[in-house]
Amino acid sequence: MKDWMRVAGIKSSEITDEQLFRQRRTIIQASMAAGMTGFIGSQAYAKELPGPIKKWDSNATDALTNEETATTYNNFYELGTDKGDPVKHADKLVTEPWSVVVDGECNAPGKFTFEDILKPHAIEERIYRLRCVEAWSMVIPWNGFPLADLLKRFQPNGNAKYVAFETINDDNLPGMSSRVLDWPYREGLRLDEAMHPLTLMAVGMYGNVIPNQNGAPMRLVVPWKYGYKSIKSIVRITFTEKQPATSWNMSAPHEYGFYSNVNPDVSHPRWSQAKERRLAGDISGLAALFAKKIDSQFMNGYGEEVAELYADMDLTKFF
Amino acid sequence: MAISIEQHTTTQPVKVAGMNQKRLGSFLKPTVFLALSLPFIWLVYAVLTDSLSRNPIEAITRFTGEWALRILLLSLCMTPLRMVLKKPWPIRLRRMVGLFAFFYVALHLLTYLLLDQQLDVAAIVADVFERPYITAGTVAFLLMVPLAITSTKGMMKRLGKRWQPLHRLVYIATTAAVLHFVWLSKGDQLEPFVYLAVLLLLMLFRVKKLLT
Repeated sequence: MKDWMRVAGIKSSEITDEQLFRQRRTIIQASMAAGMTGFIGSQAYAKELPGPIKKWDSNATDALTNEETATTYNNFYELGTDKGDPVKHADKLVTEPWSVVVDGECNAPGKFTFEDILKPHAIEERIYRLRCVEAWSMVIPWNGFPLADLLKRFQPNGNAKYVAFETINDDNLPGMSSRVLDWPYREGLRLDEAMHPLTLMAVGMYGNVIPNQNGAPMRLVVPWKYGYKSIKSIVRITFTEKQPATSWNMSAPHEYGFYSNVNPDVSHPRWSQAKERRLAGDISGLAALFAKKIDSQFMNGYGEEVAELYADMDLTKFF
Repeated sequence: MAISIEQHTTTQPVKVAGMNQKRLGSFLKPTVFLALSLPFIWLVYAVLTDSLSRNPIEAITRFTGEWALRILLLSLCMTPLRMVLKKPWPIRLRRMVGLFAFFYVALHLLTYLLLDQQLDVAAIVADVFERPYITAGTVAFLLMVPLAITSTKGMMKRLGKRWQPLHRLVYIATTAAVLHFVWLSKGDQLEPFVYLAVLLLLMLFRVKKLLT
């Protein structure tokens, strides 16, 4: 049995293998078509599927990216800048033991082991589109829990307006000898974005423990933002009053805004964001060379769910 | 018709005491031809065996672009190499190296137009005018077209004195190509700046030659 499953008190029988997972997905799609809410399906894994599912899987026609594609084509610059580097150097990332420092504007700060972090949370599976700023995208079934449930445990105080995150900063990681970014990798969210029910702390994908190259042992998934906001291998969570500095914004402020919401109307200096190439892994060889791009969606298709977060904001200014 | 020294060395066989230049030439050219074909052969193999990354279009774009730039810089090494080694063979390879650079540039451009943009004219035009790195890449390609066309012996003869000034466009083309790579790279990556350093070194050599 996988460690996080044991910690979270999940029996291995409750974890779907990939085939079951696909079957279940069909059930979800059928249920959604029928307008069902709440618990879906009657099998052992129903526990993982609470109410919000209907909201997040807003485009159920998207085919899943296969696991091999999602775990071999990665941006994780601490492990190297080529897409194949993270999987190649995955074993350089040591995730046991793992601890997370929680500090800043909160009443219950501290240093927590990964097991401490994980213990009270039930693991859910959520299928999200992942849209990279480089104009490719995937559809990934994550396993995790709402970030809000975790953050509440640290009791953010009245001054907490933002949450900052940091990735592990370990000189042994092969990508960190180059100064491609100002290490450690930093990301941040406004507190209401962090508390949004779509925002996930992922500890697994495809029913498996999250592989190192995908950000083990815990990473954010913020599906309506460009992929780099979903920070990997988190070692620090800080509640702040001021907007925290974030790595890509520090590197090129005119290109990467703090918000970085997926927005086909806000063109990036290097990539038009109007379209994206969906990497599903279902086509190969010569056929893959002629795959058509698809239109990118405002907020990556989660616009309705997150609209209230940005009600009075000029999103071309706060990009 | 006046013929410059550069042309003279490219078109005339040169005898060097103590060494059989002809034999060296007949061995060297096919070897370099094969060497510069290897990236292309590897690419075809990788496409057919599906061993590129899970985003093959991006992989091909990157691969052809990097090799175009490397070979373009290599073509600029030929003249300094001749000066340093005091041997004529680098100049006899120059045209072939330059044409290989153009071959990989053309593959790179075709990948972008046909596979990446799938001939979406509006998107291509927007890219060329809105994204400085694509503008630079376009300039580099357009400047290389007349160089490839006038690379033949016949064109060299017809252009005479004007051939060499025309082919100095390669300095602007290479600069544009290096800028294309520097501007498209995310973060502060080393590789594009290595190419920039090589280019500066090669240009410095020419400035120095001009001054002495």
